[in-house]
Order: sequence, then C-alpha cells, then structure tokens
Amino acid sequence: MSARRILARQIFAGPARYASIAPYVWMVLFFLVPFAFVLKISLSQTAIAQPPYTPVFDVADGWAAIKHAFGALSIDNFRLLVSDDLYVLSYLRSLVVALVSTAILLLIGYPIAYGMARLPKRWQPIAMMLVIVPFWTSFLIRIYAWINILQHDGLLNQILLALHLVAQPVVWLSTDSAMYLGIVYSYLPFMILPLYATLVKMEPALEEAAADLGASPLHVFWLITFPLSLPGVGAGVLLCFIPIVGEFVIPDLLAGSNSLMIGQTLWLEFFTNKDWPVASATAIVLLVLLIAPLLLYDRLQRRQLEQR
Amino acid sequence: MAEEARKDEVAPTSLKTEPQALPVTEPGPLPQANMPLLRIEGVAKKFGSFRAVDHVSLDVAAGEFFALLGPSGCGKTTLLRMLAGFETPDEGRILLGGNDIAQVLPHERPVNMMFQNYALFPHLSVHDNIAFGLRRAGMAATEINTRVAEMVALVKLDGLEKRKPDQLSGGQRQRVALARSLARRPQVLLLDEPLAALDKKLRESTQLELMELQRRLGMTFIIVTHDQEEAMTVASRIGVMHAGQLDQVATPRELYEAPASRWIAGFVGEVNLFDGEVRTREHNRIVVSTRDAGAITVAEPRNPVTKINVSVAVRPEKVKLSRRGPVADGLGNGSINRLEGVITDVSYLGGLTVYKVRLDSGAFVRSSVANTARIGVNAYSLSQRVVAWFAPDDCLVLEQ
Repeated sequence: MSARRILARQIFAGPARYASIAPYVWMVLFFLVPFAFVLKISLSQTAIAQPPYTPVFDVADGWAAIKHAFGALSIDNFRLLVSDDLYVLSYLRSLVVALVSTAILLLIGYPIAYGMARLPKRWQPIAMMLVIVPFWTSFLIRIYAWINILQHDGLLNQILLALHLVAQPVVWLSTDSAMYLGIVYSYLPFMILPLYATLVKMEPALEEAAADLGASPLHVFWLITFPLSLPGVGAGVLLCFIPIVGEFVIPDLLAGSNSLMIGQTLWLEFFTNKDWPVASATAIVLLVLLIAPLLLYDRLQRRQLEQR
Repeated sequence: MAEEARKDEVAPTSLKTEPQALPVTEPGPLPQANMPLLRIEGVAKKFGSFRAVDHVSLDVAAGEFFALLGPSGCGKTTLLRMLAGFETPDEGRILLGGNDIAQVLPHERPVNMMFQNYALFPHLSVHDNIAFGLRRAGMAATEINTRVAEMVALVKLDGLEKRKPDQLSGGQRQRVALARSLARRPQVLLLDEPLAALDKKLRESTQLELMELQRRLGMTFIIVTHDQEEAMTVASRIGVMHAGQLDQVATPRELYEAPASRWIAGFVGEVNLFDGEVRTREHNRIVVSTRDAGAITVAEPRNPVTKINVSVAVRPEKVKLSRRGPVADGLGNGSINRLEGVITDVSYLGGLTVYKVRLDSGAFVRSSVANTARIGVNAYSLSQRVVAWFAPDDCLVLEQ
C-alpha cells in the first residue's frame, strides 16, 4: 500500500464513518423540527399579532413560562376541523380526486409504459426523453398553457367547432373535467417511469413461457405480467396519489370554486383568514392521512423482501 | 431399485390410459403411416436482410431425440422458436402430425418448450409453476394435483413443491423447468440450451437423466445446443446448422467419422486438415499431393470425388506416433502415410495426451494418444523426433 493511499485513508476514514448519519441529520433538521413547530402552532390560539398566534414561550423566563405555555395548548383547532364540514368535505374531495386521477393515470400510464418497455432497445431512450421533456418547461407555464387551450375561444373549442362536433363553444375551464385533465397530464410521467422501470427489467421469456404453456394473451397479462409489475404499480400509484391529495395549483387554476381540495382550504386559512393555528392543524391531519398509505406500502414491500 | 423400476412402468401407461386429459395435446388426425411426426418443409425466416433460417427441410420421427447443433447465430434457436410459435416463418410449412402449424399461435400448439434460462415464474411456487399449463388446459383440480405430484417425482423434486424459484439451486430450477414443460405431455418437447447454465459435472449427469427420461416417456425431444459433445451424448440424430442452413443430418458416429464438409469436420471435434490436389486414383485408393504433408494415400469415399482441389481430414486419435515409424516397428503396410516431425507441445489431459508435432514442412499435426497404462510407456517428450502415421481408411477426402 502506497503512502499516499494510507494518507487518503486517514483523511477519509473519519468523515466516511459519519456519512451514514447524514440522512438522519437531514430528517431531524428539515422535517422533524419544522414539524414540531407546525404541531405547536396547531395547538395554539389565534391572536391578532405578528406572528398571528399566541407567542412562543421564552426559555429565559424559566420553568414557569414553559409550564404556562404547555398549559395554554389546546386541541380546539382539531375540534374545529371535525365540527365544520368545510374541512371534512375538502378532505373527502381531495381523497376522491386523488383516487380517481390515480386510477385514470394507471389506466393510461400502464399501456404507455408497457409499450415503451417492449420497444426495440435503441428507441427506448428516445421514448424516455419524450416522457421527461415536459419537465423542461415550468409546471406553472404548462398549466397556464392548458388554460389557453381550454378557454372559451381556445384551441380545443376551435377544433371542435371546425370539425362540427359541437355547435357552440363548450365550457371547459373551471370544471372538474379540466382539473382531472390537468392532473393526469401533469402526473403522467410519475406513473410511467416507475412502471417502465419494472416492466423493462422483466424477462420477455416469462411471457413466452406462459404462452407456450397455453395461456391466452389476456391470461399472460393477468397471471404473469401484471403480478410481476406490482412493485412498479405501487410506486407509481403512491408517487401520484400522495402529491395529488395535497395538490393546490391545478384545482385552483382549472377547477371551479364550488368545492375545495384540502390544499386550497389550507391556503385559504393561512393567507386569507390568517388563521395559522387552524391551517397548521389542517396540515397535520393531512400528513397523518398520507402516512397511512405510505406505511401500508412499506409493509407490502417488506413482506415481498422477506419472501425472497 | 425395485421402486425405480416400477416408476419406469407407471409413466408410459398413465400416458395411454388418460388420453383425453389434455385436449390440447390430443393428436389430431392420425398421421399417415410413412409420415414423420414433425416435418419441416423449406422453412425460411429473415430478420431485415439477415437470413436467420434459409430454407431448412427436416423430418423428425415420433419418439426421436433430435439435436440441432451449431455455433451461435447459426439460426438453430430461430428454427426452434418457429416450432414453438414465437416466430412465424416467412416461407415453408411446419407439419405436426400432418397439420400445418406454421401460423398457429404458441398457446394453441401441442408443443412445449424448456427455455434457456428456464423462465420460471418468480411469483409462483414450484407446484404452481408446474400446474400453470395444466390449469390453462382446464384440468380438474384433483387431476392437476395428481399430475404435478407425478412430475415432481419424475424429476426428483419431492419436498420442494412450496418453494419459490429463487429459493432453489440452479440444478433444481432446471428440473422445475423440465417438469413444467413435460406436464402437459406435449407431442414434441423443445429444449433450448437446457443445460447451458449448469456446471460441467451436473451437466453430464443431467444429460444422462434427460436421455433416460426421454426413453421412458417415449416423447419426441428436440434439443438446441452449441455443445457438440452434449449433442452427441443425448441425441440419436444430429442436424448441424451453419449460416441459416442445415448442412448435415446424421447419427453422431456418421457426423464424426463422415462429416459432409470441411466446416463440419472442424466444428464437430478436432481435426487435422491438409489441402491438396488429387494426383492418381487406382485400386480404391486416391493419392492426394499436399503442400504440407507430401503425398497422402486415402481410401476412395463412397461418394466419388469429382473435384481436383480437396482437403484430407484426419482425426487426432487416428494419428499414431512412434519413434521409428510403422515399418520399422513391424506394423508396416505399404500404403500407410508417414509424416516425420518434432514434438512441440504436450498436453496431458488425464485419459489421453495430445501431442502437437511440427512437420518438416512447418505444418502441424495433432495426435491424441489414449493413456492405457498408468506408467507412460508410450510417452514422448518435447522436441523428440517422431513419426506420425495413419492408415488410408482413417482419412477423409473433403471437397474444398
């Protein structure tokens, strides 16, 4: 071993040993600590002040102050979330929108991913580029582009009129259809990519073996291809479902204002009503709701690993 | 041993007693008396401008163990995939029991395939892998269980039915694949390099098991392999493929002792080749004058040589070595070919030793000598001067 290599070892041995705790430091600094702040705010009372809630205790005031601060904590905000059906309804709407969009995404994304995985090897990177290319334009600009296409005298209505499919321009904007269109359009890559990744790894001989053993193309898909692509389906569904539940921009710009998704409600509480405690409580409940499917997925994956 | 023998009897009889079990494998109209089970007629397949299979015709009889042998890219796998239905021939017919199946979809063919990397379904247990094809055929559950148990016993996998493929060793996976492809009792079983992933020892024992299994079941097996030893071990007939064409179809012995071309002679086993011109032919003997080894006397082949430019081929084990030559050693026979040279390489392989002799012309001759005695009485050492000799009957004349 050369001297230089020994030196390099001495320099890097220490830091390398601590590198494994980096993710935990990250989690504590940028997730747990902010989460604790939000939790604390959610348990506080609204106040006309800056910031607009009862102030954080000052450690300098000693134990009594801390005790007082804890004593002032209340779960009133969480009670409000349950008692006012505005919140319950927007949670429900968020879940329904996320479920429906994820189902549509899976139905559209699976055939695309399957087709990509079965393309000749040299075409696959190009197909992949085509899926990723929309990311090169700002997400907001793309949603505004959709507003342009969907508006009263927009491209879509012009085409429909030119083809004599409709007699009058159709109202697209501020409808649920427009919102679903926007969501499906925006999240499609997140569904396609994990599906493609599992499908492309699957040995084509497996499908051939199934056909050889008498399985019709439909049976081959349901008995072999689909079960083996479940990890990709799970990843794609979660990658889409979780952010769609909290989606704010797309429903705000494309859907009507009759019913709100939870992201919009949160925005309203925080910026319009300036009710930080209720907004924080809303965020906490949302997080708890989303952790449930995540844990479920984690358990499924773990079970799959154990079976190996 | 007694149990083993009984098992031998069970498999073929159960084949006969329940012919309706699998409608798919039921033979269609009975083949005509002199019609082979499988007839391939002028089958051709192109990928782009590449002729993968170039007008191949072949008959395989029922109960035969046939091997398709060739280097990679020769089209043997494409031909096999056309038999399984994964590729459709551009031209020609594939007749199975008299019916053209060239356009029949894979899942509707009474033919099963064992895949090179086994292609076991990773999410299904051994039992479910073997039962997969039976379920597709709509067999009753109890019947499926009986058949799977029978197959598991046949390939000696007892006790592993609940395992998933990735909990098995390579050899066990190979057996599951075999059981799965046999379970439907196909009219023809196709095997695509079935032993390529096994190590040498396991491969050799599996070859013997495969032969025994084929004989016991009386099924028609078609194996694709690039390994000429494997083909010669298992198959009763071998078809050699080269550049999309079927060059020769013969028994292993014929293929080795009477290869149809220079290329086959070189592909199947080792060979010494001397290029030359035919000089004289009399008394069933041809004298070929070669650049590297002078005049060589060879026996006139059954199919008379028509060309002047020929190659003389001699297998290394037919080239004998001696210190002073056959005549001086009392083995003399006027027409024996004698080549003198110096030993430049000795490879001891256990059962035999291969010597490389540099002739005075600069060309090399290989001779393999069986080590029939423990103490090497016939051993020659490096740079020793020897006479390499061989009889005219041991030579082959191949047209160039």
